[in-house]
Amino acid sequence: MDSIKAIINGREINAEPGMTILQAAKANGIHIPTLCDHPAVSPFGACRMCLVEAEKNPKLLPACTTPITAGMVVNTNTPKVIEARKAVLELILVRHPLDCFSCPSNGKCELQDVAYELGVTGSRFADAGDTNTSHVYEDANPFYVRDLNKCILCGRCVRVCEEQAQYHAIDFQGRGIKTSIQPPVGSPIEESDCVFCGQCVQVCPVGALSEKTSLGMGRPWDIEKVKTICSYCGVGCELEINVNKKTGKIANVTSNYESRTSLNKGRSCVKGRFAWQFVNSEDRLTTPLIRDGDTFRKASWDEALSLVAENLSSIKEKDGGDALGFFSSARCTNEENYLMQRLAREVMGTNNVDHCAHL
Amino acid sequence: MTNDLESINSADTILIIGSNTTENHPVIGSMIKEQKRKGKCTLIVCDPRKIEMAKYADVYLRHKSGSDVALLNGLMHVIIRDELYAKDFVEKNVNNFEKLKETVAKYTPEYVSDLTGVSPELIEDAARAYAKGPNSAIFYTMGITQHVTGTNNVRTVANLSLLCGMLGRPGTGVNPLRGQNNVQGACDMGALPDVIPGYQKVLLPATQQKVKDVWGADLPTTQGLSVVEMMEAAGEGKIKGMYIMGENSMVTEPDSEHVRHALEKLDFLVVQDIFLTETAEFAHVVLPAASWGEKDGTFTNTCRAVQRVRKAVSAPGEARADWEILLAVGKRLGAPWGDMNSPETIFKAIADITPSYSGITFGRLEGGPLSWPCPTCDHPGTPILYTTGFPRGKADFSPCEWQAPHEWPDEEYPFIATTGRLLYHYHSGSMTRRSSTGEFIKEMFIEVNPADALALGCEEGGMIKVTSRRGNVSGAIKVTDRVPAGMIFLPFHFSESAANRLTSSQVDPVSKTPGYKVSAVRIEKA
Repeated sequence: MDSIKAIINGREINAEPGMTILQAAKANGIHIPTLCDHPAVSPFGACRMCLVEAEKNPKLLPACTTPITAGMVVNTNTPKVIEARKAVLELILVRHPLDCFSCPSNGKCELQDVAYELGVTGSRFADAGDTNTSHVYEDANPFYVRDLNKCILCGRCVRVCEEQAQYHAIDFQGRGIKTSIQPPVGSPIEESDCVFCGQCVQVCPVGALSEKTSLGMGRPWDIEKVKTICSYCGVGCELEINVNKKTGKIANVTSNYESRTSLNKGRSCVKGRFAWQFVNSEDRLTTPLIRDGDTFRKASWDEALSLVAENLSSIKEKDGGDALGFFSSARCTNEENYLMQRLAREVMGTNNVDHCAHL
Repeated sequence: MTNDLESINSADTILIIGSNTTENHPVIGSMIKEQKRKGKCTLIVCDPRKIEMAKYADVYLRHKSGSDVALLNGLMHVIIRDELYAKDFVEKNVNNFEKLKETVAKYTPEYVSDLTGVSPELIEDAARAYAKGPNSAIFYTMGITQHVTGTNNVRTVANLSLLCGMLGRPGTGVNPLRGQNNVQGACDMGALPDVIPGYQKVLLPATQQKVKDVWGADLPTTQGLSVVEMMEAAGEGKIKGMYIMGENSMVTEPDSEHVRHALEKLDFLVVQDIFLTETAEFAHVVLPAASWGEKDGTFTNTCRAVQRVRKAVSAPGEARADWEILLAVGKRLGAPWGDMNSPETIFKAIADITPSYSGITFGRLEGGPLSWPCPTCDHPGTPILYTTGFPRGKADFSPCEWQAPHEWPDEEYPFIATTGRLLYHYHSGSMTRRSSTGEFIKEMFIEVNPADALALGCEEGGMIKVTSRRGNVSGAIKVTDRVPAGMIFLPFHFSESAANRLTSSQVDPVSKTPGYKVSAVRIEKA
């Protein structure tokens, strides 16, 4: 289909038919602030942060859910638009604590970014009677914490659970100021359909959901992302290891819904996202060990490798290569498996090499 | 997998057999659920356990453990009887149709119902839904392969797919979901007794000549042993030295007591791992390895996509990447491996001898995954196999008769025990039990049907002891109708109550896979 022409902020732009105003703006390098919009989920129109003015429309329109049409004339930053956005933001801030300095999302909080962009420092309506900010800090499971006092009801978590995880473990509950995101009435999240894939945590724009094991592991500006593949099942999900550049340690693991190389397209499961702490375990082996009676003693690489080479050669010499067996590993890389079978076949002269494919 | 993940979005019918997809391959599980929840496919689930996927199924077949061949033959019986099969496809592409027809003739829905416990009507429904397509995909996992008839189970899955011409198009395929990050790659790399990289048979003269040309070495010409056979040989004193890398045999192999005996008998055992595992405790030398996140290289996923893994952090202390250690060991033993000194140069050596990988380079992988076969540097990879027919010309139907499993309940051992993985854990648990997942599910539990629990007089959480001909384990009872009466389920992640003390080391004669899914046991209050 032919692209359509429209005007945004006085500039003629081209858009694909079916695009929303927000998508068309983004594709043409025009910024519109958003909170509930996210590439992982379908448009929702909850937060009203993306309101824009379109000629011949008496009301402001949410850019994220309004399709762009041919000849449309849109303005994204008129005084009327800015005023409306500020008011929307101040209403959100009625129930959002301003304790940013201790919040795990400080530095990646999208609410903070929008407030900064609009120059809003607090809410005119902060003294309103009922603020619904007395939720308990929920940290009963080892994966993530829920701090619903920070929730802005953007619904990203509800939609990602429904559309990506395909569970619908949580939804909006209550009405008006009493609204909150909850599993079915009467059960805690740990007993709900939630399988702790953590996709809700990743898309939360504020600090309402945060990874428990990552608390204190690194501020967003200390993080470097390294793209890799998950170490668990064979699906081959692309993940990002977030490394704290100051400590050189893993801070957390995330995925990227916009990656063009990701077979999982950003989806994850509980193991991929949350089961990485073994890397930092105190039980890790850190030196070669050599048997000493019933125990082990630490040894140098030189001594350990010599002992390995001597014993493998002497068994081969005495009893032949087929008196040796080599177990390779489905957890190791292709390169390592390749070397292991060459070690067995080429160097030690046996085809006794296999791995845990069947186990 | 013959097909890629994208293919799920084109499937009109999805048949899942022996795969607890949402727990073992959660992301693929979510993709299949999405296709189903959007109303875009008919879902058939065959599993003795009422797994989560069964909740979404249009047709749920709860067949007895070990009756897979009978069930699938029953589907094919209906499909041939009602002439629902792909006649043109079969004629053009598959040999041996008459033999298949003859074999499945006796597998009437009524007969199969007797063998499997599934009603004849459901067998008819499933057969029609699968044959209808137009694009039907089969997904299976260890519920098919971990039987002493595993090879026949897989052949029968393939027969069904060939019969209906469900190959070579998006939305079709025979799709085994592989359980470990790089199990596909380890097979591709020839970490198997009978093949070198690229599945080139060790004993073929052409392979031996190629190895002489490329590695400058002579291939050994004796038949190699599989993991389970090597453990047997060690127990008999025929294997005297072992090198175990990244494998916790004490927990993951069948018949743990036998494994203990075998490891104790070795003259020399070197274990290379990230932890001092239950297996490493038996070693003479333990070599500390770098883990995931601490090294570069490639993994190959379940749909044959080769992908780059990257080093993000340094290994602790003096731990080294497995490739570094293996290079060092090889060089000390005189290997002429001067051309290999990094994952990238090792990968180049892989591409030199592996036809299906020869077009793949680290440089190309920066642009994203490449699925093998990828024979040349301008080849885009092959996300879907057999789009233009079969490389050997015609495929063969391999008709199989159903055979009873190696063990079956009797008076002394009246229950079937089956083992498997949980969403929150992985294999021997050495990684997941040291992570946040380990805090969530801390210990062993055993799924028992409410009727059996009642007969035993045991309530939720009470301790029971499970005994087989090999050994026993204890655990807290979880009363659930996920398992049918007469069957129990045990996760195998917990070394202190290792489910593999129960399992038999009897293997499938071809694949050498143990029959983990069926052990005859008795249960009692502990």
